[in-house]
Amino acid sequence: MLKLILNRVLIAIPTLLIVSLFVFALQHALPGDPFLVMAGEERDPESIARLRAIYRLDDPIVVQYFAWLGQVMQGEFGRSLRTGEPVLGLILQKLPVTLQLAAASMIVALAIGLPAGIIAAVRKGTSIDYAASAVALSGLSIPNFWLGIVMILIFAVELRWLPASGYVPFFSDPLGAIETLIMPAFVLGTGLAAFIMRHTRSAMLEVLRSDYVRTARAKGLDERVVINKHALRNALIPVITLSTILFGELLAGAVLTEQVFTIPGFGKLIVDAVFNRDYGVVQGVVLCTAIGFIVMNLIADLLYILVNPRLRGR
Amino acid sequence: MSTVASPAPGPDLLAPKEGRVWGKLRRSRAAWIGGSIVGVFIVMALLAPFLAPFDPNKTNFLLIRKPPSALYWLGTDELGRDILSRLFYGARASLMAGVVSVGIAVCVGVPVGLAAGWYGGWLDIIVSRITEALLACPFLILAIAFAAILGPSLSNAMIAIGLSAIPIFIRLARGQAISVKAEDYIEGARAVGVRDSLILVRHLAPNTLPPILVQSTLFMAQAIILEASLSFLGLGQQPPQASWGAMLNTAKNFMEQAPWMSVSPGIAICLVVIGFNILGDGLRDALDPKEA
Repeated sequence: MLKLILNRVLIAIPTLLIVSLFVFALQHALPGDPFLVMAGEERDPESIARLRAIYRLDDPIVVQYFAWLGQVMQGEFGRSLRTGEPVLGLILQKLPVTLQLAAASMIVALAIGLPAGIIAAVRKGTSIDYAASAVALSGLSIPNFWLGIVMILIFAVELRWLPASGYVPFFSDPLGAIETLIMPAFVLGTGLAAFIMRHTRSAMLEVLRSDYVRTARAKGLDERVVINKHALRNALIPVITLSTILFGELLAGAVLTEQVFTIPGFGKLIVDAVFNRDYGVVQGVVLCTAIGFIVMNLIADLLYILVNPRLRGR
Repeated sequence: MSTVASPAPGPDLLAPKEGRVWGKLRRSRAAWIGGSIVGVFIVMALLAPFLAPFDPNKTNFLLIRKPPSALYWLGTDELGRDILSRLFYGARASLMAGVVSVGIAVCVGVPVGLAAGWYGGWLDIIVSRITEALLACPFLILAIAFAAILGPSLSNAMIAIGLSAIPIFIRLARGQAISVKAEDYIEGARAVGVRDSLILVRHLAPNTLPPILVQSTLFMAQAIILEASLSFLGLGQQPPQASWGAMLNTAKNFMEQAPWMSVSPGIAICLVVIGFNILGDGLRDALDPKEA
């Protein structure tokens, strides 16, 4: 098992290096000279020269890359071209906001997706199964920013039950936080619920057809015990691999959801950076997201090895 | 002497492969429903100049934010433009975004994936690592990064979506090439000295086509949502040209005053995406040899 884990960790290193190359290339592919933006409107030649020296722009490109990589490995992900603030600081400042939204969305997604997937598999071929599949298809087809607009129209504009936008930190005002989170969490959670439902359904169907489930039934065990104790536990193993897809979906969904509900999170940071032509932030956000994604992938692989008895023995 | 009669093959098994697929496709209710929905939107996009009752970009300050009426079926927007006409022209932007981005992803991704899977070795290792690295970034964030480099416009949004989708098609084509290359008929072709390039074009490419066709159809749905998302963020279609995402972007500023502005573009996106998803599922079932 140790060899397998080591193998997975080693495979992640070249992927991280290629991601770093891609993000570095992004800086050089951007239109115009970002350092002119950074130097301010006066474009003082001295400031430009100083910035070129800081970023070693007069060195060969290979030297520039390794100097930049060295900085990244020390936690220096670049600076905002507008404010000069470190990008990592900006991300860490916005991350709790997005994490709060992500956590609430995951609760919604699991609360809808898991039971729906299990019921659809157990009642395969019935109207419940068809209804669950139709709802999942709709969940995957409705753009979350539109669902957000429709929910605002109904629950904020017409019924005036919930606030249309805003962010309240959970630990400063839990009730206020829940009130502002209900709509965005539902919007982001329903798309994820569709993913979870589809995967849980197919994993459950696979397990329900297996010999040990047939044996458990033949022994006369109660159907609920067969489903909960024998089938579900094993069906959830492949769902672990979903976590990386869900992580990506959460981040991408957060970009749009935060835009609709004016939530000052990670997604809004990247969109604002694009419009402000703050390429330092765009670059830093892409790099951080990719690193987060690779680490999530790694964790999912390791969890899979840990919970799968066949791989654990190797 | 008695002979053991082998079960007679059903009519489907006797038919040539293309006929079987077509037969399954014709019987597939999902393919029909999905295909019909997509067909309606294609007609809508192609005939937009004839179907649209008004000029989609003509502003009229006397008709600002008028609710649906007998003359303006879906109402008017913040500049007095007819929403129904903009919806017809918006279909062009959405479908074009789907076709162009899928085209870019297939034209680059499939040959690279086939070559990596066929030749293996260092080429495969390098291509696989690059693919993994590109897949390491969520789709929309990658598309936003590309759109930031290229600048906001519909054509750049299509390029950005196409570039972000290349790794998916590389991975798919590579996997197909690896499995097809182990088949006996490929071994046979190699044994009789058929050139690699000929095997790639005549045997490998056609046999990898079905899953790529299915993936392309399903990705069309994703590309339409991505284009709408980028336009919603202001990185896609630019004013005054119509796009469903851009229409929603403006509509969100007038939710209290003109709620009808948000309804129709969203429904159009959902319907066309559902259409492509159902069509993709139907195609998958028809092209899957394991499905009876």
